[in-house]
Amino acid sequence: MNKIIKYVIADILRNKIMVIYTGFLLAASFSVFSLEDNTSKGLLSLLNIILIVVPLVSIIFSTIYMYNSVEFIELLVSQPLKRRTIWLSLFTGLASSLSIAFFIGAGIPVLLYQANWIGYTMVFSGIILSIIFAAIAFLATVKMRDKAKGIGAAIMLWLYFSLLFDGLVLFLLFQFADYPLEKPMIALSTLNPIDLSRILILLQLDVSAMMGYTGAVFKDFFGTSTGLIFSFFVLLTWIIIPVWYSTKKFNSKDL
Amino acid sequence: MITLNNISKQFGKLKVLDHVSTSCDQSECIALIGPNGSGKTTLIKSILGMVIPDSGSITFNGKDIANNFQYRDEIGYMPQIGRYPDNMTIGQVLGMMKDIRGKSGELDEDLIQAFSINNLLNKRMRTLSGGTIQKVSAALAFLFKPVVLILDEPTAGLDPVASELFKEKIISEKDKGKLVLITSHILSDLDDLVTRIIYMQDGKLVFHKSMEELRRDTGEERLVKSIAQVMVSNYE
Repeated sequence: MNKIIKYVIADILRNKIMVIYTGFLLAASFSVFSLEDNTSKGLLSLLNIILIVVPLVSIIFSTIYMYNSVEFIELLVSQPLKRRTIWLSLFTGLASSLSIAFFIGAGIPVLLYQANWIGYTMVFSGIILSIIFAAIAFLATVKMRDKAKGIGAAIMLWLYFSLLFDGLVLFLLFQFADYPLEKPMIALSTLNPIDLSRILILLQLDVSAMMGYTGAVFKDFFGTSTGLIFSFFVLLTWIIIPVWYSTKKFNSKDL
Repeated sequence: MITLNNISKQFGKLKVLDHVSTSCDQSECIALIGPNGSGKTTLIKSILGMVIPDSGSITFNGKDIANNFQYRDEIGYMPQIGRYPDNMTIGQVLGMMKDIRGKSGELDEDLIQAFSINNLLNKRMRTLSGGTIQKVSAALAFLFKPVVLILDEPTAGLDPVASELFKEKIISEKDKGKLVLITSHILSDLDDLVTRIIYMQDGKLVFHKSMEELRRDTGEERLVKSIAQVMVSNYE
């Protein structure tokens, strides 16, 4: 298993897109931090960039990489290797390369300027989002044989998690404005890893005071250690379920 | 050595393999012949576990291959279109395969030498021509001294010299008691290689005969002519 992971990582890290992605994150984080006097303000701007860019790059890059590796996967499958090993190695390789790129590009600047609990949460969320969206990309590629369809599905999934989901939540909030929605909102937020990460980070920042009553309920829940552990497991589930399901599908897939 | 029992496979509405049963033994060089889309590659892929049949079973040395992966240690496979990670060099690909197979000693490097692949070790896969990639695929298929060789359209992209060297290698391996399965449309290439013929059409196995039987049945000496006769009589 380790052998394949090693080769996948070596292959991806040499990819120009990965270098550009890391460079972009580096440039964004350093410019944001040097533009603002207040590092926590810089962190807020960086948060918005990260929550848009990291899922987008992770899901699109992983999807395209997987489609480009179809023949390589065929080659591996014809070798004495378990299919599960191949799939999980590819996933581990991709997820760790994306995480390494994120860590170098955004993690190091954040830790340089904000070496505290907020900074750690931010780096952690970025890494876990990279992994989650790689997992979702694996789901899309195993389900769809056609490259155009698969990449289309990946873009739609990203749109859904980044934009549509928030729209739906807002719609629900307005429709049921007469009811107390604070608790259901917590449940709803677990349905979207991007939102969950955003809440986790915002709650660490002072701006959370401006989020009104919902913010207070969130702080009450996610601010406690139970809430943190809960959200950690929710994020973990977001990795495990797509990976488990795609592995199952890949085991019986015709190549 | 390899036994197929009633293999069927359907892709959507298309029946690619229709109750195929046959068996292949050691020291044979078997040609899989049939028109385009007759299910040859699917059959090969089912043996390799790349396609999972809807029904039927395949045994390798008496063991069912379903949910088994170790048996592939005994197989060298050369795909129709070999594609390798673009950014890797030939040397790295060879190293990786050695790593995966976990065999470092006693390798069969005849083809690597014959195709002078050693001079190209630093070339990246993306810069290689189709023929050179075929050479790498061929060298990889033979590298680990497998008992069974499965070659899918092996000579399609090779130049005449390489093609001759490759055929010599196949014959010498067959004489060592190995089983070689070849699909090809270039029948003249197969003439001096094969000992048995499997003819497929529309997913059905039409016949599995030895060369002598085929010669006797069709009254033709050359494989090209006998197969042409069979194909025309089956063509609609």
